[in-house]
Amino acid sequence: MDEDALLVVKDLSAGYARPIVGPVSFSLHRGDVIGVRGANGAGKSTLLNAIAGSARIFSGSVHRRPGVRVSHQQQAALPLDNVPLSGRELLALTGADARGLPEWIKPLVGKRLDRLSGGQLQFMQIWACLSAPVDLVLLDEPTNNVDPHGVHHLQDQIRSMSPSHAMLVISHDHAFLDKISTRTLNLSS
Amino acid sequence: MNISQLFDPMFRLPLLTGLIFATLLPMLGMYLRLREEWLAALAFAQVAAAGSLAGTILGLPPQAGALACTCTAAAFKGWIAKTGNNGYALLMITGWAAAILMLANVPIAEHLGHALFDGQLYFTGVAHLAFGGVFLVVVTAILPWLSRKLLLERMFPDFFRASGLSAWKFHLIFDLLVASGLALATASVGVMGAFGLVFVPSMIAYHIGPSWRGALLVSIVISLLAYIASFVLAFKIDQPFGPVLVLVLSGLAVFGYLIQMMSRSRGQSPLGRV
Repeated sequence: MDEDALLVVKDLSAGYARPIVGPVSFSLHRGDVIGVRGANGAGKSTLLNAIAGSARIFSGSVHRRPGVRVSHQQQAALPLDNVPLSGRELLALTGADARGLPEWIKPLVGKRLDRLSGGQLQFMQIWACLSAPVDLVLLDEPTNNVDPHGVHHLQDQIRSMSPSHAMLVISHDHAFLDKISTRTLNLSS
Repeated sequence: MNISQLFDPMFRLPLLTGLIFATLLPMLGMYLRLREEWLAALAFAQVAAAGSLAGTILGLPPQAGALACTCTAAAFKGWIAKTGNNGYALLMITGWAAAILMLANVPIAEHLGHALFDGQLYFTGVAHLAFGGVFLVVVTAILPWLSRKLLLERMFPDFFRASGLSAWKFHLIFDLLVASGLALATASVGVMGAFGLVFVPSMIAYHIGPSWRGALLVSIVISLLAYIASFVLAFKIDQPFGPVLVLVLSGLAVFGYLIQMMSRSRGQSPLGRV
């Protein structure tokens, strides 16, 4: 076992009713940003869900170092359903630092989340996970609905955070992954 | 009745008791709505009524019977359905059936039963106020700590699980808080009065609140306005308090909905989405 690793995934086969992804093995240390690639249905989101504990592990193991804090940005939109939560309150929930937000979204942090556009909401959701005081960040298609300025800001933020964090990032945007990843994990169907 | 009689010392006790629950219940309603469990309020209110009657039959204070039954029900509900409305629906119909059967068969329960279903706030005493005061202290101490956890789990459902943390403890604490609140409130404002204070202010506040904190404040203001208006109105027209409160709350809900419809037809959205 790699004692310095925050996360060790060994021969993992995971899914829901049946295995969808695996077997797959890798380890994550501080400073690692693993870009996860694969076609639709390859099990990229399932891999993240298995690490987060919400998918079934059929064989192999996921070992998280004790005390490691994890945030998981899921591809699905926030389950708002008319909940009157503001952006500032959302960020406070995860303990995310709002100071690094780009200028274009700062004036919106006081607004209700259900009054924001899809892209603005997506960015706020990512930021709540990305800037939370955690050790391991799991991001699932963070660039969806985000405009080029937002994507650029995400790249800068991930790069500035990467020495002190470990990240696992799924994206179909290969240019984005190329700019942020220190390693790549290819999943096949 | 002369309205000046309202300021008689004998009415101050019920007024204060009701003010406590009119402040606390809408806040609990906001979090129940957040968890999509607003039906819990009605379920616990029905179980509280049955518990109060059972307590009286056994020679215990009604509040003790109500607390024992609702807290047991909360624990039972947590066991059969971690969250969700199925467990609450079962509790509701069971509580209702038990209360009606006790009313029908035990003469000693009849007077209290009418008070519980009519919401006879004017006949509450020192014990009701004392229990309400203790509950106020408990909610003030616990809810700020609980709030972030409940909101966090709603917005990021696997946040705790992903870090290997357990969420069941704070779910149980919240369930017990709601159960206690409804048990005590039902004894003062009645079954449907308590449910109305949980359900209606939070429903309106969800639409017009500018933020979570703002919506909490809005729900309390709506609840207090409705409560005070009902307190005066029920006294003036000499009617049971519970139904008057429910009608005032329903009127407010319809008024809020009409304003929302008018704003929408003008292309504005000051009240949010339905």
